[in-house]
Amino acid sequence: MKPAPALAEGFPDLSGMRIAREPHWFRWLSAALIVLVLAAIGRAFAGGQIEWSYVSRFLTAKVILEGIVNTMVMAVLAMALGIFLGVVVAIMRLSPNPVLKTVAAGYTWLFRGTPLILQLLLWFNLALVFPTIGIPGLWSGRAVDVMTPFLAALLGLGINQGAYTSEVMRAGMLSVDIGQYEAAQAIGMGRLRALRRIILPQAMRVVIPPLGNEFIGMVKATSLASVIQYPEVLHNAENIYYANSRVIELLIVAGLWYLLVVSILTPLQMLLERRFARGTLQFAR
Amino acid sequence: MTKPLVAIRSVAKNFGEFQALKSVSLDIWPGEVMCLIGASGSGKTTLLRCINQLAAIDGGGIWLDGELLGVREQGGRLHRLSEREIGRQRLKTGMVFQRFNLFPHKTALENITEGPLQVHGRKFDEVRAEAVELLRRVGLSAKADAYPAQLSGGQQQRVAIARALAMKPMLMLFDEPTSALDPELVGEVLAVMKELAKSGMTMMVVTHELGFAREVADRVVYMDQGAIIEQGRASDVLGAPREERTKAFLSAVI
Repeated sequence: MKPAPALAEGFPDLSGMRIAREPHWFRWLSAALIVLVLAAIGRAFAGGQIEWSYVSRFLTAKVILEGIVNTMVMAVLAMALGIFLGVVVAIMRLSPNPVLKTVAAGYTWLFRGTPLILQLLLWFNLALVFPTIGIPGLWSGRAVDVMTPFLAALLGLGINQGAYTSEVMRAGMLSVDIGQYEAAQAIGMGRLRALRRIILPQAMRVVIPPLGNEFIGMVKATSLASVIQYPEVLHNAENIYYANSRVIELLIVAGLWYLLVVSILTPLQMLLERRFARGTLQFAR
Repeated sequence: MTKPLVAIRSVAKNFGEFQALKSVSLDIWPGEVMCLIGASGSGKTTLLRCINQLAAIDGGGIWLDGELLGVREQGGRLHRLSEREIGRQRLKTGMVFQRFNLFPHKTALENITEGPLQVHGRKFDEVRAEAVELLRRVGLSAKADAYPAQLSGGQQQRVAIARALAMKPMLMLFDEPTSALDPELVGEVLAVMKELAKSGMTMMVVTHELGFAREVADRVVYMDQGAIIEQGRASDVLGAPREERTKAFLSAVI
């Protein structure tokens, strides 16, 4: 065996030497600057014409707490309706049946094409179009009694959300490899079973981040239901400041509650994402 | 006299202008191991997909176990079968894909039990016992709870074979089962397929592994441009091809 050739000179041994820490002067400077600006803003608000005692007093007032509960109830129910409609419409959209496809596309077109607040007002004022509504021969009632602010808000928010969610779900289903669908067919699964067992669980991983976005949007979109008298948190805050004229204080109260709710939702989304990441990472379990 | 398990008669398949299959006729007999060879685009994969009805044929007919696939003859016309009926016909064939197509959100064991549980609606305990036995048969008893991403390509393909076998098919279709594998992993998959062939399973294998074809196949079929050019015993087709195109293909491959 030949000995290994001698290594060339002039390339010193660097093993054992550490990489030095950089001082990062600019980071320290910019951070200090931002703290200064924030402090100035804080000081301005502290000295401004805001009665902070009102904020703390109304933050936990019964009407406000009821309002935030109503906000959450509406957000969850409307989002559930939106996801249900979204899944159904996305499946219709990807179906080979041209009738289903057209109906689904028309639904998305109509409800994405008009403002949400307009849709809410239309649902709420449905009685102007149909004084009585019901199922012929089974049951009927006066539309003003049936179309309560709650129902109008649920239908308006949920059906509008369904139009957006259907596109999110469709993107998720399209992201799953066509081979997955073929493999499901090859073991004898029909279209719907393959969707439910194989395609949708994999699509969920992709759609959870955008759906989280949509849900956060929904929590805030419920505030639009204040225009149709649904007693959510902004509506209740407005009612208070109509009486006591503490407009900014009560808007801050409502704002803090929205911030708190959204802050809680973010870690919940991460838990959900982990649940649906099964099998995707080498050592995920 | 026994009947062929699969009878393919004058089958045509087009993708737009492109004729993927031009009047292909072929019989596959029970217990036979047939290897389909040919250049890519020669129609061999399309033929498998037509038998499994992942692709619908445009002309001719395929009979599996005596039953016409995909259509029903009535009053001198052909009517397409419903999705449910096609699904029932598919159960007679098992398919192994080039890219494995395991369900990534399910463990190896769950991949195997999914079909029997969901499609056959059988009991969990009995299905699980069979799946464990199938995993042992493909040499992966230790990997029952592993997700596909935790398995090598060769291991994934062996799980995919077990998944297809779990449906108790009469015919196994292999679509280039080793083409996506690193060279050192090809052998373990071929070994499982050899064992399967020895057990008497009827198999159609699209492959570039001529060594496997020579050793295991009862018949080798060479396809080119959507047509069967030559077929016969492996030693004849691979060892002493008669057709010029077969000779050209073999000399290019070896």
